Formats: sequence, structure tokens, C-alpha cells
Amino acid sequence: MNAVQRAVTGLTAWVNERTPGLMPAYRKHMTEYYAPKNFNLWYYFGSLAMLVLVNQIVTGIFLTMNFKPSAAEAFASVEYIMRDVYGGWIIRYMHTTGASLFFVVVYLHMFRAMLYGSYQKPRELVWILGMLIFLTLMAEAFMGYVLPWGQMSYWGAQVIINLFSTVPVIGTELTEWIRGDFLVSDATLNRFFALHVIALPLVILLLVVLHLGALHEVGSNNPEGVDIKKVKDENGKPKDGIAFHPYYTVKDLFGAGFFLIIAAFILFFIPEFGGLFLEYDNFIPADPLVTPQHIKPVWYFTPYYAMLRAIPSYFGTQIWGVMVMGGAVLILFGLPWFDRCKVKSIRYRPMLHKVLLGLFVISFVALGYLGMQSGSPTQTLVARILTVFYFAFFLTMPVWSAMGQTKAVPDRVPDHE
Amino acid sequence: MASGGVQMESAQIDLNDKGALQRGAALYMNYCSSCHSLTFLRYSRMAEDLGLTEEQVRQNLMFQNANFGDPMNTGLDPVQAAAWFGKAPPDLSLIARRKAEGPDWVYNYLKSFYIDESRPMGWNNSVFPGASMPNVLWHLQGSQHPLTEAKHEGHVCAKGEYKGGCITGFSIPDHKKGSMSPEQFDRVARDITTFLAYAGEPAAAKREAMGVWVVLFLAFFTLLAYFLKKEYWRDVH
Repeated sequence: MNAVQRAVTGLTAWVNERTPGLMPAYRKHMTEYYAPKNFNLWYYFGSLAMLVLVNQIVTGIFLTMNFKPSAAEAFASVEYIMRDVYGGWIIRYMHTTGASLFFVVVYLHMFRAMLYGSYQKPRELVWILGMLIFLTLMAEAFMGYVLPWGQMSYWGAQVIINLFSTVPVIGTELTEWIRGDFLVSDATLNRFFALHVIALPLVILLLVVLHLGALHEVGSNNPEGVDIKKVKDENGKPKDGIAFHPYYTVKDLFGAGFFLIIAAFILFFIPEFGGLFLEYDNFIPADPLVTPQHIKPVWYFTPYYAMLRAIPSYFGTQIWGVMVMGGAVLILFGLPWFDRCKVKSIRYRPMLHKVLLGLFVISFVALGYLGMQSGSPTQTLVARILTVFYFAFFLTMPVWSAMGQTKAVPDRVPDHE
Repeated sequence: MASGGVQMESAQIDLNDKGALQRGAALYMNYCSSCHSLTFLRYSRMAEDLGLTEEQVRQNLMFQNANFGDPMNTGLDPVQAAAWFGKAPPDLSLIARRKAEGPDWVYNYLKSFYIDESRPMGWNNSVFPGASMPNVLWHLQGSQHPLTEAKHEGHVCAKGEYKGGCITGFSIPDHKKGSMSPEQFDRVARDITTFLAYAGEPAAAKREAMGVWVVLFLAFFTLLAYFLKKEYWRDVH
């Protein structure tokens, strides 16, 4: 052994003696975490979400160094980052592109769970924790969008915070408490900054740890919905399982590379993404006296925004639309209990399930489109129909998910994989 | 559509065209800078990006009392300006980024001034109806008069409205011709637009140039990762 090897071995032994749990934890989560060998394209989005989260945190730290969280300086400080800070534009575009791609990745990750029934028993807790991440991420994204203090930042904040004024009795006081003022102002920007850069990221990080911890306790599902723990070899290793490290680390490395090509293409060539990632109105400084013609949220909120607008006010209050919008997110929590199907994966489910899931995807995307439009009477009508379908999909799931003939799920992952 | 769905002509700008950028900067300083600011752009940065020396900028493109590292602000007092024009002329740093049409909006705006006696300045603009700004380029372009046709019920005019009719185009009477031909004036509008598009995002040209290499590197990296994955996965059946 040469001196370097001796030093490494010595240091490793020294650390292991003092933290006996470290290597077992590493083995449990990496080298001896057995994941099904048949993961497909849909299984990249979990690790990609982690990658984007790290990107948001790292670029966020650098943005914080030059951003000024005050109504008087915020807009100019963002332009200062874009122009005068060395490499500032790249950091800022990484953050804005990352924000939108975070939602792309998370929506696809959630759809994967719906496709293969990953939320079913025994993974309900994994789903719940994932939904909590989604919910926190929405708050994080909303507050982050307010910080550049452009017109859409300002008026978007105005509209969203005003939703809370529909709460009976305490509505007005509640909105003042959120804003810290009688209107969206410096105080609002300042507190959103605090929540965006420290409070919510901490919550998200904690939830990610719990999400992964819960997953590694029960093990990963797979596109066949086969339980790989049923068939183990003499060492107790699932026969259809492979070690997460190195097999899935190298595979996810490839996935990350592919994803980064797309991300870099957007960042360097179309950073505004046609007004979807960076809205044109947000290049105008916030002006409390001038309301933009169409106030609309960023694309990842538009499906819910379309539902909000589709609901008319009854009894002199708009609270019904707010409840529908909130309900549309909260109803997702119930998915593990709405689904009564014997099998997990769509591959073993009857045609009825495939058709309904397909229609669900179409209605969600269509609602997203409608949320960006001005809301003509026809658009409102279509949005209403789609909103009804969105809720009916979940509320009648206990009935339809138990219907139809499922195929028999094998004990092992089939060879065609 | 803030402009009411007015059809836009493509400006066909090229941010790498240093000549157009330099001409645009000169035109901007001559015709725009006395009223409009470029608060987020410094003279020094412009010099560097446009391939000009400090000497050239100082002599041709700067206000007398400004410093080389200063933002390109106008000397116009905003309070007085509001009194004169009804509204202080806006900062133009991001004018090319704040419309869905991007820089094309600027190009079309510059070309769409027409005589309208009902307006305080005697000018209107079919791209931005009711604009407070007069046509500062009139002696180059000439004075355009709108040509209209009857507006049909429920019909949206593709090029804006004038006195209840749809604008179909403009004509310049012989005695109001400008010093430039329409082609020459198009180039003036295009040069100013190129400069303002640059001012909206000074890093844009560099961004695209850099992006090619980043994407190529990532493609190479991903290819390596693919072979690495294949190698590791050889024993997975």
C-alpha cells in the first residue's frame, strides 16, 4: 500500500468508527437498494426533479447575492443581474428555465404514478408526501414569480392574494395579513422573498427526504406493477431487482444529459419560450395604477386558473371558484383511496381505464390552454365541461376503477421487458 | 394583444450585424435620446458590444455632461415631459421585450405614424392608437396619410382604425415627401429596431453563440453517458 491508499483507508476507518450508521445507510439507499430492472422513460423524472431542485437552490443562492427585495429596487436589480453581473444572465435564465422545467418534470412524474398505479398500497404515503411537495412547490413558484416585480408579478400576486378575501367573515383581514399592507406592496415583496429563499425551500428539502425515505421503505413500483419482492434469491435480493447504484445512477446520468440538452437549448435560444416561461408583460415594471389587459398566471397554474374562472359567483360571493380551484389540487391526495382496481399498471387494466386516463390528460392540457386565453363565452363553457370531467374522473373512480376485466399480473417481470 | 391584433411586418433584424447596430445607435442618439432613456444600458457597455472605442462614443454618441460609465439617460425632466406630452416618454431599455411581437413591434410602430388632426400632436399611430409621441422621423419618411375602407359590422381591422374605417395602408402626398425613399426609411427603422433589441438584452448575441457550444458539449456528454450505461447494463437480463 502506498501512502495515499493508506491515508484513504485510514480516514475511512476513522469516519466509520465514529459514524457507524453511515455505510449501512449508503448501502440501504444506494448499492443495496434494489429497484426493478424494467424502469422505462417515465422513471427518469424523479431524479430529474432532484436535479432541477439542486439547480434552483444553487442558482437561487447566486441570484440572492445581487437581488434587492424592495419594491423600489427589485425590477432594476434583476436587470442589473441580466446586464452588469458577470455571468448573471446565465444564472438568471437557469433559474427561470428551471422553474418551468420543474413543473414539466413534476407533472410527468405524477402522471407516471397514475399510469402505473404507483400510489396504490403500500405506497400511499409516498404519494401523499409527493403531493405535499407539489403543493409547497406551487407556493414556492408563486412567490418566486412575484420577486422580479414586473407587471405580471404584481397583478398576479394581487389576483391570487385576493382569492383569500372570499373567505367568509375574516376574508379582508386575512388578505391584509398575507400582504402585510392594504395592497400588494414593498412589505409583500419582502416577506415573499423570505418565504421563497429560505422557508419554503427548507420545507421542500425535508419533504424530499421523507418522500425518498418512504419510497425506499416499500420499494419502487415498475411499469408492470409486478411486486419484485415476491421472488427473491437465496441472499434475499429480489430476482428482478438491480442495485440502484451503479445501475440506475449511470442510467439517470444519461437521462440527465438528455434533459440538459433540452434545457440548454431553451435557455440559450428561446429563454422566454414564447412568453410562457418569461411573460412579456413582466418586462414592464410593476405599476399599481395600470392594470394589464389580460392577467394570467404562468403556464403551470393555468389548468387551475381556468377552473377558477369557469365557476360563476352565487349568493354574491366568488368563493365557489376558489373552492373548486383548491379542490382540484387537494382531490389528488385521495387518489390511493379512489382507485379500487386489483392491478396497478395500466398495462393490465381494461380498455375503459385507458380511455378515461387518456381523456383526463386531454382535459387537463385543454384546461391549461383555456387558462391562458381571454375567456370568451365558448371558452368558459368548454372550461366548465372539462372541470366537471376533471372532478368526475376522481369522484367516480371508486366505481369505474373496479369495473372491467383486468389481466393477470405475473410474479416476475416478463421477458419482453 | 395590446395592439388589437394589428398585423405585423417582420423586422428581420440581425443582432450580429455590427453595422446596423452602430447606425441604430447613432439614429437613436439623434432622434430618440433627447426624450427617452435607456436606464439599464451604459455607454461603456454599448461601446464594448458595438465594437466602438471610448473616443468614438464620447464624440458622437454621448451627451456632453455624461460619464462613459453612466446609464444612457435622457436629460429630459419627467415632470415637464408629462406636462408637454400628457405622459412622460417611457424608458426604452426593454421596449423590444415587452410585447408578444418582440422587436417587430418597434419596427412596425416606427413605420406606422400618420397624420391625424384630432390628436394633440397631430400624429397618431396605427400600431399603438392614441400614442402621445409625434413622428420624429417625419422629415426622413415624409408625412403618411391613412387610406381607409368602410368597416364591416363585427369586423376587426387588420391594420387599425381611422375615423371609423379600417386602415388599409398609407400614402404620402407629393408635397409631403421625406428625404428618403421607402426602402431607405425601412433600413432606418430596422437599424433603430436592431439597436433597441440589443438594448433589451445586451447578452443575446453572446448567448446564442455560446449556446451552440454548450449544446454540442452536452450532446457529447450524453453520448458518453449512454455508452457508460450500456457497458454497466451488459449483465442485466
